[in-house]
Amino acid sequence: MEFFWYLILGGMLAMYMILDGYDFGAGIIHLFFAKSESDKKAITRAIGPYWDANEVWLIAGGGVLFFAFPVLYASAFSGFYLPLIMILWLLIFRAIGLELRGLVDNQLWRIVWDKAFGISSLLLALFFGLALGNIVRGVNLGEVKNGVSAFEAHYFFLPLWNATLDPLSDNLGVIDWFTLMLGIIGVVSLTMHGANWIIFKTNSSINKKLKEVVFKLNFVLLALVITSLLTWHIVKPKPFENFINHPIVWIFPVLTFAGIGGLFRIKGFKKDGTGFLFSSVYLIGGLFSTVTAIFPNLLPSTNTTNPSLTIYNSAAPNYGLSVSTPWFAIGIMLVIMYFVIQFKVFKGKLDDIEYGEH
Amino acid sequence: MEDMIFYDRMQFAFTITFHYLFPQLTMGLSLLIVYFKWQYLRTGKVGYNSAAKFWMKIFSLNFMMGVITGIPMEFQFGTNWAKFSELTGSIIGQTLAMEGVFSFFLESTFLGLFLFGEKRLGQKLHFVTGFLVFLGSWISGWFVIATNAWMQHPVGYEILENGKFALTNFKALFSNPWLVPAFLHNQLASLVTASVVMAAIGAFYLLSKIHEENGRLFLKTGVLFGLLSSVLVAFPTGDWNAKNVIKYQPVTFSAMEGIFKSQTGGSEIILIGQPNLKEQKLDNMIAVPKVLSFLTYRNFTTDVKGLNDFDPAKWPTNIPGLYYAYHIMVGLGTILIAIMATGAFLLWRKKIEGSKWLLWIILFTIPFPYIANLAGWYTAELGRQPWLVYNLMETAKGISPTVSAGNSLFTLLGFVGLYVLLGVFFLLLAGKIIWRGPEPKHG
Ligand code: HDD
Ligand code: HEM
Ligand code: HEM
Repeated sequence: MEFFWYLILGGMLAMYMILDGYDFGAGIIHLFFAKSESDKKAITRAIGPYWDANEVWLIAGGGVLFFAFPVLYASAFSGFYLPLIMILWLLIFRAIGLELRGLVDNQLWRIVWDKAFGISSLLLALFFGLALGNIVRGVNLGEVKNGVSAFEAHYFFLPLWNATLDPLSDNLGVIDWFTLMLGIIGVVSLTMHGANWIIFKTNSSINKKLKEVVFKLNFVLLALVITSLLTWHIVKPKPFENFINHPIVWIFPVLTFAGIGGLFRIKGFKKDGTGFLFSSVYLIGGLFSTVTAIFPNLLPSTNTTNPSLTIYNSAAPNYGLSVSTPWFAIGIMLVIMYFVIQFKVFKGKLDDIEYGEH
Repeated sequence: MEDMIFYDRMQFAFTITFHYLFPQLTMGLSLLIVYFKWQYLRTGKVGYNSAAKFWMKIFSLNFMMGVITGIPMEFQFGTNWAKFSELTGSIIGQTLAMEGVFSFFLESTFLGLFLFGEKRLGQKLHFVTGFLVFLGSWISGWFVIATNAWMQHPVGYEILENGKFALTNFKALFSNPWLVPAFLHNQLASLVTASVVMAAIGAFYLLSKIHEENGRLFLKTGVLFGLLSSVLVAFPTGDWNAKNVIKYQPVTFSAMEGIFKSQTGGSEIILIGQPNLKEQKLDNMIAVPKVLSFLTYRNFTTDVKGLNDFDPAKWPTNIPGLYYAYHIMVGLGTILIAIMATGAFLLWRKKIEGSKWLLWIILFTIPFPYIANLAGWYTAELGRQPWLVYNLMETAKGISPTVSAGNSLFTLLGFVGLYVLLGVFFLLLAGKIIWRGPEPKHG
């Protein structure tokens, strides 16, 4: 039962990453590459009808985490208190930037909200990469000092950074060189992903330039991914254990590299959606490779006094998990139906869509 | 420790109060928009369609505010109330996750379709998408209130050895006797908000002689729905909730009504008075004899328990706050009924447009339903204190053990700053939409 909900949670997280990921990416593109007003409009239109629904994956995923793995929810949300609240603030800024820019016809007004939208997108992409890095590295569960826990075994609190940015120190921070590397991978990946979405959904004049951007960034991405693989063992001894024991999961790294490989051919794709497909494959592969590497842990402990949080010791009692299966199945079927309807209605390019007051 | 709790509570209270300014309009307004859209399909009068589209603009602005202030609510259970989440997560996480899956997806998908899809969908389907937005927002209210109902009156659980609450009966979460009355009362109260806002903007247009055609429609619709909902909010649903409080939280009821000493042979109802905790009485009291007994038990002579019948250790922690919140809600409810009834009467005599004084009153009624709604929630939430889960888990035991007071004060200040900014933008933009008014008639 725990494993089943683990899969569901992973699936929802992946959906969130792919969907809101392109929103963030589009924001970053908007910040760095969109110069003319028409390009900016094209970008905001390409995500206008979607971002709100995409964010729901985060809320619903958070809800599933809450009832299926309450111990992890409580531990991680209070332990990563500051970054999480900042993510909330950034989500708010992003949304108001996106929604407010068009409402007043004034140059300065637009500049302010464009920047708010772009910068918060960038930071969000960074934060999500950092989050993944923290999950791989683990935290000092129970805040153990000299073998004594200061709190219950599954509670901790992380400051944003420590002085040395060292992932192996006794005083961990959210940001260290290892997590920062994953953060940067997050930014680069989502920038490319967002570019692919814009290429897919608009006829904007920057599409050609964006293909060039994706092509170039792909080299950076490949280099970063390889570096992270080479340094992985520093924070996590025996990183490939799960892969060796269960060869089937090699599929995830394979997907990762298939995605990256495919994107090198971005300039040759006949269909505008192909690039988006490849970056989605890459993102799924990357996310699942990472979580597979630490399975069955959800949040590893960096000390030897307190055990890591695993899918077993942080799950809710069985009755609750089993009664939720039927409603969840119905719910998710409905959600898929909505998505199909939404994609059908908004099929094709979105440049010309009727935009209410925008 | 004390100030840790204090800042956590302040942050929750502040963010939920701000959040709830928006959904109350969303839920009521979505129903009125569906009504306009339906009238348009039925009669073909474009006035209805442009009304629906105009209110949709306000709706979507308001909805966005609801979304971005709602996400922090969901996160805060984990960030600030970690111990509470850990112990009760398998129960309240259940209803909150259902809200996400069953309502937010529905709402946000079809809102996008409703806003951007009129041309691509055609009128009939456009109506359907509007209806689904309405449905989504009401389902959301249902699950949130189911969550809160469990905290007010826990059901279907067992407490394990390690102190955790485990769900034992899923159905009980939804047959909780607290749920249906609270849900109906709350939804009608949000219809009050939407109706008053609509009527007030109608009055504004008529008084300032702009968009008068639309103004007339808004005023009429707002007043009629306003009368209906404000009556239903008081009776039967308000009354129904009061009965629940007596039955399941009797000490809260005595505090809410301001009854310090038990009253035999029929209890008076207190209209005005200031609680004086030291002397355990109300100062400057105006009361009507025997009416409270009648309202609660349908019998003028039934005894009503006072706070002196209960162990002071079990009293709600903030009795004056609770008492005022409750009296503000009921008082404003009565005033709203009176205003709306007058409006409906003049509407019927076709004199409403000439009655400038009433239009002015309606215009300035806008804050009342918001205050009443918040006061109602403060009644419910202060009445629950000192419990987080009524009679089972104390509020102080629910906070995050590792989040220091400094950190929660920091984030509280951040939220205050950000929300003040949001509030200002919201008012400016809503003002702009209202000023510009519905599109010209061909809409
Ligand atoms: C426009 C708003 C509004 C108005 C006019 C009223 N209410 Fe209300 N009331 C609410 C908005 C509200 C609310 C915000 O929606 C609450 C909070 C929790 C809930 O379910 O509804 C609520 C709760 C609530 C409770 C439960 C308190 C608790 O849980 O401890 C009672 C007993 C009443 N109401 C009673 C009344 C009565 C007798 C009214 C007579 C006029 C009345 N309300 C008018
Ligand atoms: C229906 C869903 C709701 C849930 C699950 C909920 C839950 C909670 C929780 C966990 C707390 C913190 C613990 C405490 O101090 O009691 C709290 C406090 C509070 N809530 Fe709610 N709440 C809900 C709705 C509301 C609404 C709509 C409002 C008002 C608009 C509200 C007003 C408050 C206030 C004012 C406090 C602080 C109480 C105090 O300081 O004593 N709540 N609520
Ligand atoms: C502690 C309590 C609450 C939590 C955790 C909470 C959570 C949320 C969240 C996460 C959203 C964003 C939804 C989206 O993305 O579409 C939201 C919006 C919404 N909430 Fe709340 N909420 C709370 C209190 C309430 C209450 C008391 C109600 C009313 C009964 C309510 C009704 C709504 C509605 C209708 C929306 C849709 C957006 C809007 O209407 O503006 N919420 N809420």
